[in-house]
Amino acid sequence: MTIDASGASPELVQLLTPEGERVEHPDYDIDLTPEEIRSLYRDLVLVRRIDLEAVALQRQGELGIWASLLGQEAAQIGSGRALTDADMAFPTYREHGVAWCRDVDPVKLLGLFRGVNHGGWDPKEHNFHLYTIVIGSQTLHAVGYAMGIQRDDASAATIVYFGDGATSQGDVNESFIWASVFNAPIVFFCQNNQWAISEPLEKQTRIPLYRRASGFGFPGIRVDGNDVFACLAVTRKALEAARTGQGPTLIEAYTYRMGAHTTTDDPTRYRVASELEAWKLKDPIERVKAYLFKNEQGDQAFFDAVEAEADQLGADLRRRCLAMPDPEPLDIFDHVYREPHALIDQERAQFAAYLEGFEK
Amino acid sequence: MTVLSLSKALNEGMRKAMEDDPKVLIMGEDVGKLGGVFRVTDGLQKDFGEDRVIDTPLAESGIIGTAIGLALRGYRPVCEIQFDGFVFPAADQIITQLAKMPMRSLGAIKLPVVVRIPCGGGIGAVEHHSESPEAYFTHTAGLRVVACSNPADAYSMIQQAIRSDDPVLFFEPKRRYWEKADIDTSSTDWWAPLHSARTVRPGADVTVLAYGPMVKTCLEAATAAEDDGRSLEVIDLRSLNPLDEPVVMESVRRTGRVVVVHEAPVNSGFGAELAARITERCFYHLESPVLRVGGFSTPYPPSKLEEHYLPDLDRVLDAVDRTFGY
Repeated sequence: MTIDASGASPELVQLLTPEGERVEHPDYDIDLTPEEIRSLYRDLVLVRRIDLEAVALQRQGELGIWASLLGQEAAQIGSGRALTDADMAFPTYREHGVAWCRDVDPVKLLGLFRGVNHGGWDPKEHNFHLYTIVIGSQTLHAVGYAMGIQRDDASAATIVYFGDGATSQGDVNESFIWASVFNAPIVFFCQNNQWAISEPLEKQTRIPLYRRASGFGFPGIRVDGNDVFACLAVTRKALEAARTGQGPTLIEAYTYRMGAHTTTDDPTRYRVASELEAWKLKDPIERVKAYLFKNEQGDQAFFDAVEAEADQLGADLRRRCLAMPDPEPLDIFDHVYREPHALIDQERAQFAAYLEGFEK
Repeated sequence: MTVLSLSKALNEGMRKAMEDDPKVLIMGEDVGKLGGVFRVTDGLQKDFGEDRVIDTPLAESGIIGTAIGLALRGYRPVCEIQFDGFVFPAADQIITQLAKMPMRSLGAIKLPVVVRIPCGGGIGAVEHHSESPEAYFTHTAGLRVVACSNPADAYSMIQQAIRSDDPVLFFEPKRRYWEKADIDTSSTDWWAPLHSARTVRPGADVTVLAYGPMVKTCLEAATAAEDDGRSLEVIDLRSLNPLDEPVVMESVRRTGRVVVVHEAPVNSGFGAELAARITERCFYHLESPVLRVGGFSTPYPPSKLEEHYLPDLDRVLDAVDRTFGY
């Protein structure tokens, strides 16, 4: 058995076709007001602009590297907008759209990639954990956090993001086991973007990823990851199940990484142009725009206004990125430990004395 | 005063910590009904319930990874790694996540996680059950690494480790689990700070540095050396990261001779760090090079050979002799 490369399995949940046609689904239908749909459209456009601006900043040497979300906006906005304030999100390093939904200031995302810090936002402030670079590690943190929610008897859930490559990691499999046996309130949100750097999905699995869940004893669902309505509906339902004691769900958002893995990568070495062209027709933003047009829920003035807002956001992000100060040399020693640590204090003092020697 | 074995002292220490703070959790393989393979957590699940003493699936990375998540939610997990050699599947979570996440958040979060590791040999175990992996973790910034050597320290240090807002790797000398001592459990007045070294036997001629299971061996060596007219000062380091340098250096400046003893292989072991620091700080006080006694550069051998691998009284005394040969 080989994987279904098209993603067009009968189980695929889709509520909005690439042509912008609304379709029904017996289990996951969703009722969205025109205003809500316009708001989702705005989110999609703005996070794409944040992403494009960051890519440009990297090309100009202002960021060391950037992991682009291009093509994955619907998966991130759909799932991110399904969260309540009390829910906790654990991202990998590409979840700029989820960060947007959690109100994390976009300039904070740049710190890691510019090299001024390793993260730098307070995860508790927006219930959005730090980016995790080691693949799949955060899935266990998310399950542990969910076990804490259980112990607190709180009405909340955890969502954890990871990619198709991460499903090969031991930690992800261990997190599935933990979540299952402890019935943890968690949603595993796998963005299957088809490529783990240069390794295609076929190098990670011989079955569709959402079916993995059944082996661990919880539901797995494949959703059209370029359909923001479907991602919102499916995630909302899975989070509600988690909050009400029904345990974990694995969501496989079937999507595509339109750009490179990171800005250091060259996808032309390992994938054919026709693949990209085929996925461009499924663009997550264009289909919402088409829907809004067709249903007369968004006029040109609205689209122009969103575009103008994106321009402003991009310019603001650029300005604030360039204004980000370099850290001070002695910052190296900060926050390694919470409590005083003799060796750190000693090395800080020695390095300070060394630096002072240059100033004399 | 209560007479407690080292394992029971740890048990009582954890019990006290759990009573004092409802956020303290115990987690690991077999820690519940069985009470741990060494019975260190015996009876805790019965008294505190399955939500606070968590029998986990059999996967070490999962234990540490989920403990991190629980700590992020405000809990203080105490993880048991069943045997030293099984910490390696968890090494990624410990090194890349547990140690570094607080810094990653610029101090916004804390990870008060204790990782208990029964360590060392001498109990006739099979492969992977007798190792001393402390140097892997002293090398990692963001972790605190401590080792208890006796019941009283076990009792106080485990409580201090649990109270610490930093992650602590807590090494327990498994072959000393059954040794007993009087412990004053009614007062904390006698507790030494977690990161202080302790001179367990004063002496004038040679400073012997040890921690964990080797402290007792070195004390026995000091008694034997007395017959040869040599006065050994034995220091129990107790904390490896951070190291209590002042206590070590003061002793070395007085004696001029140093022997470092640990079970781990000498090559790139913690003794190398001690030798380097002592050389840097006390070069003009030294009468001889810092000598190290420890395991060989081999995997831990089959148990029928471990008596040759593990430093014993004679190997310590041989090193003491050699320090006088320069």
